[in-house]
Amino acid sequence: MEGFISLFQQYNVPAAFLVNLELTFWSALFSAILGIILVLMRISPVSSMRHVAGGYVEFFKNMPLTIIMVFMVLGAFAQLKLSFSDNFQTNFFWLAVVGLSLYTAAFVCESLRSGINTVPLGQAEAARAMGLSFMQSATLIIMPQALRGSVAPLGNTLIALLKNSTVAAAASVATETSSLMSEMIEFRPDVIIQIFLIFAFGYVILIIPIGLLTTFLSNKLAVRR
Amino acid sequence: MTQRTTMRRWLRKGLAALCALACAAGVAACGSGGSDDGDVIKVGIKFDQPGLGFKKSGTYEGFDVDVARYIANQLGYTDSQIVFKEAPSKQREAMLQNGDVDMILATYSITDERKKAVDFAGPYFVAGQDLMVRANDDSIKGPQDLNGKRLCSVTGSTSAKVVKDRFAKEVQLMEQPGYAECATALLSGIVDAVTTDDIILAGLASASRGKLKVVGKPFTEEYYGVGIKKDAGSKEFATKINAAIEEMEKTGEWERAIENATEGTGYRPNPKYNPPKPDEGE
Amino acid sequence: MAANESALLFDQPGPRMQKRIRIINWAAAIVFIAIAVLILLRLHNPPDGENQLSWELWKPALDGEAWADFYLPGLWATLRATFLAVIGAVAFGLLFGVGRLIPNALVRGVCGVVIEFCRAVPVLIMMIFFWRWFAFMDMPSPAYWSVVISLVLYNGSVVAELVRSGVGNLPNGQHEAAVALGLTRTQSLLSVEVPQAIYAMMPAAVTQLVVVLKDTALGSIIMYTDLLQESRRLGSMYFNILQTLVVAGVIYFILCWLLSRLAEWLPVRMQQRTMAPTEAEPVAPIAILDPSNVNQIAVAREERPLGGSQRLYHVHHRGTNASIHNWRRTRYTQGYDETQPQSQVSKEGHQHHHRPHPGRGGRPKSDDGRS
Repeated sequence: MEGFISLFQQYNVPAAFLVNLELTFWSALFSAILGIILVLMRISPVSSMRHVAGGYVEFFKNMPLTIIMVFMVLGAFAQLKLSFSDNFQTNFFWLAVVGLSLYTAAFVCESLRSGINTVPLGQAEAARAMGLSFMQSATLIIMPQALRGSVAPLGNTLIALLKNSTVAAAASVATETSSLMSEMIEFRPDVIIQIFLIFAFGYVILIIPIGLLTTFLSNKLAVRR
Repeated sequence: MTQRTTMRRWLRKGLAALCALACAAGVAACGSGGSDDGDVIKVGIKFDQPGLGFKKSGTYEGFDVDVARYIANQLGYTDSQIVFKEAPSKQREAMLQNGDVDMILATYSITDERKKAVDFAGPYFVAGQDLMVRANDDSIKGPQDLNGKRLCSVTGSTSAKVVKDRFAKEVQLMEQPGYAECATALLSGIVDAVTTDDIILAGLASASRGKLKVVGKPFTEEYYGVGIKKDAGSKEFATKINAAIEEMEKTGEWERAIENATEGTGYRPNPKYNPPKPDEGE
Repeated sequence: MAANESALLFDQPGPRMQKRIRIINWAAAIVFIAIAVLILLRLHNPPDGENQLSWELWKPALDGEAWADFYLPGLWATLRATFLAVIGAVAFGLLFGVGRLIPNALVRGVCGVVIEFCRAVPVLIMMIFFWRWFAFMDMPSPAYWSVVISLVLYNGSVVAELVRSGVGNLPNGQHEAAVALGLTRTQSLLSVEVPQAIYAMMPAAVTQLVVVLKDTALGSIIMYTDLLQESRRLGSMYFNILQTLVVAGVIYFILCWLLSRLAEWLPVRMQQRTMAPTEAEPVAPIAILDPSNVNQIAVAREERPLGGSQRLYHVHHRGTNASIHNWRRTRYTQGYDETQPQSQVSKEGHQHHHRPHPGRGGRPKSDDGRS
């Protein structure tokens, strides 16, 4: 028990979790936007858009996140000069957010697509009969229902995103949990098990509520037909 | 009912296959690390450090490797009796303690902290922390010029902290998993310098075909030793190793090995300390 | 598939619309190609640094030495870890998945806690811990075993949930028939339901294999010499790390893509061996603690015959003990399809309110049909 207390005094564990939560928050936001754009492209009548969106999803679904993160630094930053700030720490944070967003958007797109499949054809037919255009029927009729139908897979994606935010270590984000954990083990190998338990239960505490909320929302928001 | 028995049989077959595969994979996994006793010496080196220890075309090359070969030869082993194993920084103590290797030459600095866990022979080289910059960059002449610049080092190493605390408070740090990533970042211009021990930098600069250079003003001393297991016979073993190193320095073999490793960079080891007198562990 | 989806949102376009679509199509294609060309130009001629497309950098990333000394040994290390991890995960998943279904509350509870824990902890956190811990305990090759054990724990917990949802998706008749034959609940579970659940989860398990393969790349962070790590090493020789990483990325992509195709091909084969629906993707354990979502999604994925209206009744009258909170009580309510009364146990069989407690048994399965 003393081990735990001294660890908390010595290292700022909550701050590291906060970095992961910030990474998750921004990546969730951007990947949601990108995911919606992708799914609209995937269901649009324009074949080139469909193919590009399909290729995008296929690419990121089959590519390890670690490689993407390394590429954000050595490819996007070093070669393409994609830079957000002169301050390195801020810059790497946002590069990691971009990497996570690009990766997660593919899964958001897949979740939304399974949600779109829950919308009965009649809804789209009715929308067309009322004279709505593709964008109108998509944004006013289909997507709102699809979103409600895909709460569960989206929640799952969010949980995966929170866990994946630890991989930001590969993009030189040195303040997040897995980096802090390595550092703590380096200097306090005597309490290695306590260190692991701190971080493991930190994630359990963060993830169980997301899971419960997802379950609650997917039941609550499910479109009764 | 027949349906069920067929299914069962299938299941059982599947399980058996799984087990067999698991065993095969397990054996294969251990096979590479299995102990092969007899008349061989197992040496831990780095596999990923150009100029010091690097695995290439099925053989190994670099300064550490040359020194290791020389020592092993002097101890009475032929080249074919040397088994090289990878010794990542964080596993060096453990590998010595559980007998995975007989000795380690992997940029292993002699420190009091480490002496508690393992014994050392040597030193065979005195490195110093230095900076590597782009060949056309003359603005950085030492660590004090790094204020407002960007510096890359390897995750978990303390060298970047030394620069930040002692020389340049305003330096921005980037951590990468390996020096190759740092060198790539340096080439592309997102960082201005890379810091670690000069001999490692010289090896990297040598691999860069003249695009990178070492500043050449080391500001710390790191005594590279030969790590050996702490036991009753370690003193005797260390004495033998030290004699071998001394022999290597005398014959000029040592200098040739350094020149080979840092070809084309004009690198000279810090003459104040090199070649060192190996007297550790005796 | 694409045709089916597009039929959802727009009419068969007329000549004018077709023309407009064609124009947008070309415009979009040109924009995408332009983006790709811009990126390549940037790589070809960066503000400072080297031309990343030059053959000088690509050649050492592609020649025979690179393959023989780096990629292939790395790939072997990756596949070795993947392979052992998958076998371990299946064993772990079967053990704990079945454990979570058997009647004994204590066993069920323990298995549940273990599974939820392993599912919530990030794989990288587990890997770093096991790596340092094994090294601390003087185990040989700590990085390798750390990668394997971490992947076994995480993916095993996913497989456990697949087993559970596989059992949950069996038609009631399977369990009933077993009980009628005089088997106990546990016997019925082990000799009738779980074997079918295994076939049902096969495609999803192959999809999980993709996850395992991708996650082995995390091993490079803890210095496991897998494909990614080896390609970095190769890159440190000629400073062409970007190029070697591209090659590694392509290898990963091809392997994962092939496995994904296998996962798509498997369901048809596996469906012959089980009464539960076979799924290519592990959608089942989606929301934590509630595997019953599987029905909702499975229904959503059903094909629409004749490209038309939604099905009135579903291919599988599934349902049941996916949610084990009230497994006895709800197995009849769930999966009840009002439009197909003859296919189900009659409603009079149970008197309690048709909807299970919200948030516990999941969505009432009458929603699968229409109301």
